[in-house]
Amino acid sequence: MSTSITEDDEDVSRRDVILITAGGFAGVLGVASIWPLLDQMNPDSSAQALATTEVDLSHMERGQAITVMWRGKPIFIRYRTDDEVAAGKDVPLSELPDKVARNANLPDDAPATDENRAAEGKEPWLVMIGICTHLGCIPDGQAPGSNKGEFGGWFCPCHGSQYDTAGRIRKGPAPENMAIPPYAFTGDTKIKIG
Amino acid sequence: MAHQSTYQPSSKLGAWFDERLPIPRMVHGQFIDFPTPRNLNYWWTFGGILVFCLAVQIVTGIVLAMHYVASPDHAFNSVEAIMRDVNWGWFLRYTHAVGASMFFIAVYIHAFRGLYYGSYKAPREVLWMLGVLILLLMITTAFMGYSLVWGQMSFWAVTVITNLFSSLDMLVPGLGTTLVQWIWGGYAVGGPTLNRLFALHYLLPFVIAGVVLLHIWALHIPGNGNPAGIDVRLKSDSLPFHPYYTIKDGFALVVFLLLFAGFVFYAPNYLGHPDNYVPANPLQTPPHIVPEWYFLPFYAILRAIPNKLIGVAALFGAIAILFFVPWLDRSKVRSTTYRPVFKWFFWLFVADCLMLGYLGSQMPEGIYVLLSRLGAIYYFAFFLVVMPVVGMFEKPKQLPGSITEAVLGKEAAAKAEASA
Repeated sequence: MSTSITEDDEDVSRRDVILITAGGFAGVLGVASIWPLLDQMNPDSSAQALATTEVDLSHMERGQAITVMWRGKPIFIRYRTDDEVAAGKDVPLSELPDKVARNANLPDDAPATDENRAAEGKEPWLVMIGICTHLGCIPDGQAPGSNKGEFGGWFCPCHGSQYDTAGRIRKGPAPENMAIPPYAFTGDTKIKIG
Repeated sequence: MAHQSTYQPSSKLGAWFDERLPIPRMVHGQFIDFPTPRNLNYWWTFGGILVFCLAVQIVTGIVLAMHYVASPDHAFNSVEAIMRDVNWGWFLRYTHAVGASMFFIAVYIHAFRGLYYGSYKAPREVLWMLGVLILLLMITTAFMGYSLVWGQMSFWAVTVITNLFSSLDMLVPGLGTTLVQWIWGGYAVGGPTLNRLFALHYLLPFVIAGVVLLHIWALHIPGNGNPAGIDVRLKSDSLPFHPYYTIKDGFALVVFLLLFAGFVFYAPNYLGHPDNYVPANPLQTPPHIVPEWYFLPFYAILRAIPNKLIGVAALFGAIAILFFVPWLDRSKVRSTTYRPVFKWFFWLFVADCLMLGYLGSQMPEGIYVLLSRLGAIYYFAFFLVVMPVVGMFEKPKQLPGSITEAVLGKEAAAKAEASA
């Protein structure tokens, strides 16, 4: 440099402002630029768009169960017999490991009664996400003759969780009842999931 | 690094290069005349074997990636095409798949060697912790690689393992689900999941290679431990790494390769699971899902605990606890050979890990659950109770005066002392 700057010439406070502002902006932008790198991994719009499925249930008979796909997940639909409904109703709430209905169509704290698990006003119909709440396996019990477990509902082969006829966890490592997706009957024998 | 190189460039070009980038000097100092304890046994050859394993996985992995298609519709078929159509594809894939198992055989032997001979004790704590980090990276990489086949076991392994994180819902409602959907890139394991697993499976081996370099660096500061667990003191306590240990490591590697080749050529699927030759089906969980053999002890610990969150915590804790071993063991004596009480607990621990491995492969019912619980309790008690307590009360045996004495006896050691 051609001219030397002495201590007196330095505008120290102005330098601080420049340093703090520059450093601050660089820091904020640096942190903000991490967000796109993280958020790119989240489900994108195309995954979210596949969010509703319509199912025709007119062919189903009492005691029959079918599995349909919704958002890449299996949905168990069971048209329960009167015995299965009665078995679900007979259980006192105090015997359930998970006392909440886990029904997306009801308030979060709705109790896990058979009525709250089943379709509104159509208690024989049970519609739920067929994924074990332990580690995500698909429980057995849909097909005729498959293992329905000790409680006549579903049995998870991975780690031995047992569900009753209302899809509620009764025994084993799973912490929650199988979840009920948001759905509604759009006709007598038609439902829309999602 | 601690040891000064005695490298003398043999040509003018060598001298010119040495002044600018002294790589030959480093290699000479660290891998040719590096002073190595004279009493290393064959358990010390697994470090070299592991470097070989990593190299095999990287080389076979890169060429397999030239033929693999990371998409749910094509992944399984592209693996079958590698097996049937690609020139030498069967050999490359079987080497890569068996190679993963051989890598774990070697790393477990290497880790138990470290536990038995107290290789984690001062001044080698960082060396040990880098080793645990490599193990953790290996576990992650192997899991991701197994998922790429996109067979039934692949798919359900990904489902179960990613769902481990959903246990966080029990701490903060919604946190686990959000995290799992972020990992999946959807509402279930699918195409986005497979793609990111492939990207990371390609990346992590190079991260491992980097940490391996740090591991070797940290080894070359204090130098090798040894079966007597005492420091190198006399000149006659050590030998140059080359030719003494290049030959010994080389011989061990050849024997290891016999086993490796035996699996690749005669029993390539022995260590795998037949269900992984069934294409992934998101609507059908196989009746009995098991991880690869090298994860079975950890899997048994997970299943031993009836509470989901605590089970997952125990699974991760079983590996995390290894980071603290240098401070959990209170004994000043390194080698278990001179520890008459700890020795029993050590071999019981080895047996416990083998038992947990067997239990992890069985259905979670009846006596197997009880044994898994006992096994899991001893696994943690070994680190949290045995290591601190035995170290405080045990009376160790008399250590040899020097490595020379441990190998050649007192008379020769006395001569060496006199000349020193």
